[in-house]
Amino acid sequence: MKGATPYLPILVAVAALAVLPVSATSNTLLNFLTFALIVTLAAQGWNLLAGYGGQFSFGHAAFFGTGAYAMALLQVRFGVNAWAALPVAVLLGAAVGFAIGFLAFRARLRGAYFALVTLAFAEVFRILANAWAFTGGAAGVLVPLRLQVSAMQFEDKRALYWLALGFVAAVLVLTAAVARSRFGARLVALRENEDAARALGVDTLRVKLGAITLSAGITALAGCLYTQKFLYLDAGLAYGTWISVEALLAPIVGGLGTVFGPLIGALVLLGLGETTKIAIGHVLSGSLPGIDLVVFGALLVLVVAYAPNGVIGLADRLLRRRPRPAGEGAP
Amino acid sequence: MLPIDIFLSALANGLMTGAVYALVALGLTLVYGVLHIINFAHGATLTAAMYAVWVAHDRFGLDPYVAVFPLTVLFFALGYALQRYVIGPASHGSDSNILLVTLGLSILIENALLAGFRSDTRSIDVPYGFSVVEIGALFLSLPKVIAFAASFVVAGLLWLLMAHTDIGKAIRAVSREKTGAALSGIHVEHVYAVTFGLGAACLAIAAALLMPTFLVNPRVGNAFVLVAFTIVVLGGMGSVAGALLGGLIIGVVESLSGLYFGESLGQIGIFLIFILVLLVRPSGLFGARA
Repeated sequence: MKGATPYLPILVAVAALAVLPVSATSNTLLNFLTFALIVTLAAQGWNLLAGYGGQFSFGHAAFFGTGAYAMALLQVRFGVNAWAALPVAVLLGAAVGFAIGFLAFRARLRGAYFALVTLAFAEVFRILANAWAFTGGAAGVLVPLRLQVSAMQFEDKRALYWLALGFVAAVLVLTAAVARSRFGARLVALRENEDAARALGVDTLRVKLGAITLSAGITALAGCLYTQKFLYLDAGLAYGTWISVEALLAPIVGGLGTVFGPLIGALVLLGLGETTKIAIGHVLSGSLPGIDLVVFGALLVLVVAYAPNGVIGLADRLLRRRPRPAGEGAP
Repeated sequence: MLPIDIFLSALANGLMTGAVYALVALGLTLVYGVLHIINFAHGATLTAAMYAVWVAHDRFGLDPYVAVFPLTVLFFALGYALQRYVIGPASHGSDSNILLVTLGLSILIENALLAGFRSDTRSIDVPYGFSVVEIGALFLSLPKVIAFAASFVVAGLLWLLMAHTDIGKAIRAVSREKTGAALSGIHVEHVYAVTFGLGAACLAIAAALLMPTFLVNPRVGNAFVLVAFTIVVLGGMGSVAGALLGGLIIGVVESLSGLYFGESLGQIGIFLIFILVLLVRPSGLFGARA
């Protein structure tokens, strides 16, 4: 795609999502959509590194949690304004990404080893946050409710939704821009064949470090918004494997290495999870814990087996198949 | 400083826990050595095996040391079928796909257990659960001593199987040179599935040895899986002896760091070792330098 074309669908999608809560003001729907946007941000962060760069992290919770805790602690412990805390938290998340990336990529960890080492870092952070008094220990940290714009808390719940949507829009544009940039081309080259990319003179360490830093910053942003949405954190929520899994599932289900994959994947996955919970709750007159995740797990296996390019790839195939027979004059 | 006998008993306990860790890691390292992939469903499979032991005891009144025999066969079959009919076909032979498929399976298994058994912690009550063996000045838990001895027996049997049987030779051939093995008439998919089955069988044995002194909940496998990965990395990927030694080291590290830094921080020592080994010597302490 050339010219402005990749940015046009972003505008359309964001505009559609922006007007959604104007007509439908159901609280459940609004909460669902806001949460889906937060997951989209984390997933878009993961997608930049894994979808475009081929580096599969299983520990994006390390960045999400750092953003979330920094956002909460800067406000609670240091009395920092929420709007000032946010960029600091994002930078801290990016710094953690750079540090982990520096250690892992310098040691030339690839594939499963890279996945494992990121997972181990996230676990170390989880244990520390659970044990340290500064982070509230096992009790967690509560951000006091102050419905003021300066605290990034709003009377109208739609405000936080639109704010999250604004960030999603910015990150979608950023991803599209990265994909079309020289940096993006190098990133894809190293995904396709790292040794060949290096032989062609790509400074692979530098490209990977850039990608993980950017990726971590975006995922930390998701953590910041999570804090503002729920105003409560503990080690399991911030650094738990759930967010690492959501961050990688959404792009894989939506379409790995595509601009819209994470957004579509997050909406599909979370929507499916909710539907399953409600449907099973109706059938068994009570909810079954974990049933939505059973669906997630099965879906991941099925997507890898039958739709390796995700929902976007599937849609592409279906849309392309239809006009072809007509064009060839088939009956 | 702590008295010497507390230190010694922590050391002995660490060695005994480490032996079971080694058993868990054995399956993982075996699968890695042959398939060259990391099985993320390993922890969830262990959890499933622990529930199987619990069900055998709670519903059928079977002692874990009796249940271990049918369960080992059952888990071998399950592991075989899982690799042959799910993981293999779904992953199309690509490493990153196997990673994702086994991750998907682990999420599926863990949460199916959560849905089936709820999140309550369950344990079994066997008459010898609190029996103690006196060795010198040390009082050691009988089930743990049994687990320690049994782990060595299983590791020995596995080594014999790998060294002296046809299937062992086939497994080694496939792990060295997949194409060559296929050309000389070895059914590679079958060998993969057998390896996976052996890994799952090790988990059934580990589960039976753990249950008399352990609790099971749907997330218990998580606690083991990174520990097992650490051992595999420490011992050198694919090495049976490395897994055994690595398991003992990790057991002792965990026990001693728990003693000195407290329970909640005890596990951190394991993750730090894991990260350090990966960063400094990815081929493991006992593996050949890659």
